[in-house]
Amino acid sequence: MDGALDIFCWILVLIGGAFGVIGGIGIVRMPTFFTRIHAAGMAETMCAPPILLAMMIQAGWSLITFKLFLIMMFLFLTSPTASHALAKAALHGGITPYDEEAGES
Amino acid sequence: MFEAASIAILVTMVLAITRVLLGPTVYDRILAVNMFGTKTVLIIAAIAFLSGRTDLLDIALVYALINFTGVIAVLKFFEYGEFSRGGRGRP
Repeated sequence: MDGALDIFCWILVLIGGAFGVIGGIGIVRMPTFFTRIHAAGMAETMCAPPILLAMMIQAGWSLITFKLFLIMMFLFLTSPTASHALAKAALHGGITPYDEEAGES
Repeated sequence: MFEAASIAILVTMVLAITRVLLGPTVYDRILAVNMFGTKTVLIIAAIAFLSGRTDLLDIALVYALINFTGVIAVLKFFEYGEFSRGGRGRP
């Protein structure tokens, strides 16, 4: 049972880390601003919860689990909100979702 | 286990800092700083588990709150040019 949970935690950590690195590569390599928002937003939604879930499983039932749950819910709520506010501010700031080289993005 | 998570998070932080330094517009930089803050929360939690000092989770929670508030405040500043104004149509 303990070994199975450890393997499950490893899988969750690897999923979270892989999505984090993919998001980091996307934020550097994507051509236009709105595609970068896509990379960062998707990766943030998929990177933090698996790692925090693995920590919750490792911690067991205690106050630590509740704190990790609070962090997870907060990141889950605020990450899309920040992405939306960023896209709105950039659109009002004069960045159009069109690039001459890449076409519509 | 959390050593591997820390390494992945640190690699992501390096890539985000690369975009902060490269970014052509200010919004690229804000986006990358937001990502950097989220990854900072995660790495504080990972350090809490690695060192066994779980009090650090409180700091991670506060960092998440401050990161979100700071990003929204900076975005509002760059969108409207000032802090002390409501949304559109509400001066």
